[in-house]
Amino acid sequence: MNSIILLSVLGLGNLFLGFRRSNRLLLPVMMLILGGVLTVNFLDWGSTQSFFNGMLTIDNFSVAFTGIVLLTALVLIPFSQKYVLDGEPNLAEYYSLLLFSLVGAIMLVSYNHLLMLFLGIEILSVAMYVLAGSDKRNLRSNEAALKYFLMGAFFTGILLFGVALVYGATGTFELSKISFAVQNPAPGFETLHPMLYIGMLLMFIGMGFKVSAAPFHFWTPDVYEGTPTFFTAFMSTIVKTAGFAAFLKLLVQAFPAANAQGIWLPTLTAMCVLTLLIGNVGAVAQTSAKRMLAYSSVSHAGYLLIALVAFNGQLEGASANGILFYSLAYSVATVAAFGVLKLVADARQREDYDGLNGLAKTNPLLAFSLTVAMLSLAGIPLTGGFFGKFFVFSAAVENGYIGLVVFAVVMSMVSIYYYLRPIIAMYMRDTDATTAEAVPVTTFQAGALLLLAALTVLLGVLPGLVAGAL
Amino acid sequence: MLTVLLLLWPVAAALLLHFFKGRAARVPALGAALVEFALAAYAALTFNANNSGQFSFDLNWIPSAGIHFAVGMDGLSLLLVLLTAVLVPVILLSAFRRNFENESVFYALVLFMQTGLIGVFTAQDAFLFYFMWEVALIPIYFLAGVWGGVNRARVTFKFFLYTIIGSLFMLAGFVYLYFQTGPSADGLSAHNSALASFYALNLTADTQMWVFWLIFAAFAVKMPIFPFHTWQPDTYTEAPAPATMLLSGIMLKMGIYGCMRWLLPVVPMGVDYWQNLVLILAIIGIIYGAIIAIRQQDVKRLIAYSSLSHVGLMIAGVFSLTQMGLQGASIQMLAHGVNVVGMFFIADAIERRTGTRNIADLGGLTRKAPVLTVCFLVLLLGTVALPLTNGFVGEFLLLGGVYQFNHWMGAVAGVTIILGAVYLLRMFQRVMLGPDSSFTETFTDLTGSELALLVPLIVLVFWIGLFPNTFLHLSEGSVMNILNEVVKR
Repeated sequence: MNSIILLSVLGLGNLFLGFRRSNRLLLPVMMLILGGVLTVNFLDWGSTQSFFNGMLTIDNFSVAFTGIVLLTALVLIPFSQKYVLDGEPNLAEYYSLLLFSLVGAIMLVSYNHLLMLFLGIEILSVAMYVLAGSDKRNLRSNEAALKYFLMGAFFTGILLFGVALVYGATGTFELSKISFAVQNPAPGFETLHPMLYIGMLLMFIGMGFKVSAAPFHFWTPDVYEGTPTFFTAFMSTIVKTAGFAAFLKLLVQAFPAANAQGIWLPTLTAMCVLTLLIGNVGAVAQTSAKRMLAYSSVSHAGYLLIALVAFNGQLEGASANGILFYSLAYSVATVAAFGVLKLVADARQREDYDGLNGLAKTNPLLAFSLTVAMLSLAGIPLTGGFFGKFFVFSAAVENGYIGLVVFAVVMSMVSIYYYLRPIIAMYMRDTDATTAEAVPVTTFQAGALLLLAALTVLLGVLPGLVAGAL
Repeated sequence: MLTVLLLLWPVAAALLLHFFKGRAARVPALGAALVEFALAAYAALTFNANNSGQFSFDLNWIPSAGIHFAVGMDGLSLLLVLLTAVLVPVILLSAFRRNFENESVFYALVLFMQTGLIGVFTAQDAFLFYFMWEVALIPIYFLAGVWGGVNRARVTFKFFLYTIIGSLFMLAGFVYLYFQTGPSADGLSAHNSALASFYALNLTADTQMWVFWLIFAAFAVKMPIFPFHTWQPDTYTEAPAPATMLLSGIMLKMGIYGCMRWLLPVVPMGVDYWQNLVLILAIIGIIYGAIIAIRQQDVKRLIAYSSLSHVGLMIAGVFSLTQMGLQGASIQMLAHGVNVVGMFFIADAIERRTGTRNIADLGGLTRKAPVLTVCFLVLLLGTVALPLTNGFVGEFLLLGGVYQFNHWMGAVAGVTIILGAVYLLRMFQRVMLGPDSSFTETFTDLTGSELALLVPLIVLVFWIGLFPNTFLHLSEGSVMNILNEVVKR
């Protein structure tokens, strides 16, 4: 709760820096704010507190996921530096929008009431719609913002419709009461009301859109490509982490009963298979590294869906820990990947694989951290991504979903193909006229990239630090 | 604790190498590898050949999943650790002859790979084994990919895909076996992945039949066994000489060691069921590799195919499930490592001087370089398995093992010695003897440092050949343990 309050207040305070045109201060101030809130967040570890008549609950689950979200934002912030240097006039507003969207993300991981779920999604999304279009003079950015906004508004409507139907069927917005109502139907309603099923499915469609799970992923490549890379990184990490935490909470706390599972389990399994297939096969066909990362983020939604399918009815144990570890490893690697890509794209004005040619010679650090990130996303040992996949897959095997895991393993074999392509470009191809010059990197950015690479390797060597935390 | 030191030292040294740029990294890198050799030699001297697991270390790595960082050495592990510790300094020294870009990174990767290799040979936990298996892959991919020949991107990509897909199958097999095990000793996890738990599993014959292929896939690609070998000749040819030496001298032993430690005793009934098939594939590999080697024009490719042929015999020995066969494989792993590294070094030395590897372009080196000729001849005769050399002991035991299993297979596999003599002596004749060519007119003999590199290898050729018992008695206990595990069920 402290983190929500702090972020809201400091976000407002941040705006004043913009009014006073103190743009040079913004980046350090943002890092201080995020670092401070990250520390404060962990003070709540080990306790369970309820707020607003039980609409929000802060427990280990929410603290852990808030931690990931805030950490991601903290290491991502240095990559916004191009805006500072370019003298963007409305800089403070962007930073404040980022802080506000984090409030939405924290609500998503700690909600206990469908109203809070909806509010969290809206706070997060509205900020994202604006940020997607923040490169105002770029047509692609405008297109991305419009597309994201129209689609997002549409799917929010569907989500809200689902919430309303669930309310109609159960008479409550509170997760625990929904769960109770589902398990103890009123006399004469031993089979659940169809309204509940439809409501549930509509909610899943809405959530599926937010985490870009197929078949509701179609916006992802275009929006990711058009959005300024810094905010794309934000979308593909923080929105996804918070979205999956919220999704898991919804399943575990509202619909754990067997009669509800009978409906959502096949739905999610189908979504999962489709997401893995489309994400991985789609990524193979891309020539732009940024679009490849967009499809890769779809495919990682698929791996996370496996953890949802391997559901054990609790916010702890194999499934929840799997999502926690996977989100952390994925976020760390994705921030590094987008970070490097942004620096390269800013300097070289291109986002295809060939734009990375010879990067190992001009910028060894960038090449190294992108390599670590790619290996982690591909799930090669010595990186966090390997243990993320390992925990998620073993949770699924434990629950008997062997076929699904086999499919996922085959898909991750496919993924090695496209994750190696940037590595090959950086290390094994020579520079040409457009790629001969070194990419400028600031100290903050270099520090962030080193930290991310170290974190990835640390997670890959000592996974026990995070695994089993919940 | 000694094992942990053996594992940590190369990584630490690799990280420290970052403070040295370019050529300045040569001496520290070699020094680090020699320290590692001293550690391994100390382990060998204090090793008690009558006991099995020694220098053990066990740390609860991922408590919630029952996965331990458990390492230890028995005689078989020790032999391979020794091989790694001997060959890595030699390989580093051989790299000094060339001028690379980013030399310090190159040496750091070699040292980093050493940790992965030693980890594979000492792991006592299935997931640690898999982990180290991949740790060894990443540096070699970059070594071959960044510093390799013109086609390096395509060739190393194929190599990486082949091996990683093979090892993902192994991981799937391990995960399956993991879920069949009982709770971990501390009770925190419902399953554990210790080697001993895998040995104690009671699987039905049907299950073992398919689990066998999951695990064997990784080993089959790495060794490689026919028909999984198609990545090998290209990669050996395109990779820079030191990387080729790492691949052929040490890395392929990971596959053979893996079969002995993680396949035979874990799924003995599966092994029993597929034994004939694997032996036939191995023997096809022996003949196929040898016949293609005869036709080769490129020295490096010829050695690559000869390696394929020799590995086939080792696989056949392992799968004969006889004491002779397994002991032969143990000692032949050493012998092959020494010989193939020496041969690749000489091929590289010739290429550096003449700029060509094409056999037809060479000739008459004997008169220009008598020292090189002698060294080449010794290593070549070792590979051909002439008595008194290291190859003889290994191949004799291996053929004996295969013969015990099946006379006909033994007879066919024995052709390897004849064919080996054909293609190797033919190459020797055409490269070293005969008239000079325009390429070899200014050929110079081995320099002092090149000789210093070859001397330990040549000493080993004769040491293993004359006193094989130094090494055979080390692995005897382990081989008996493995066979007991196989026979028990």
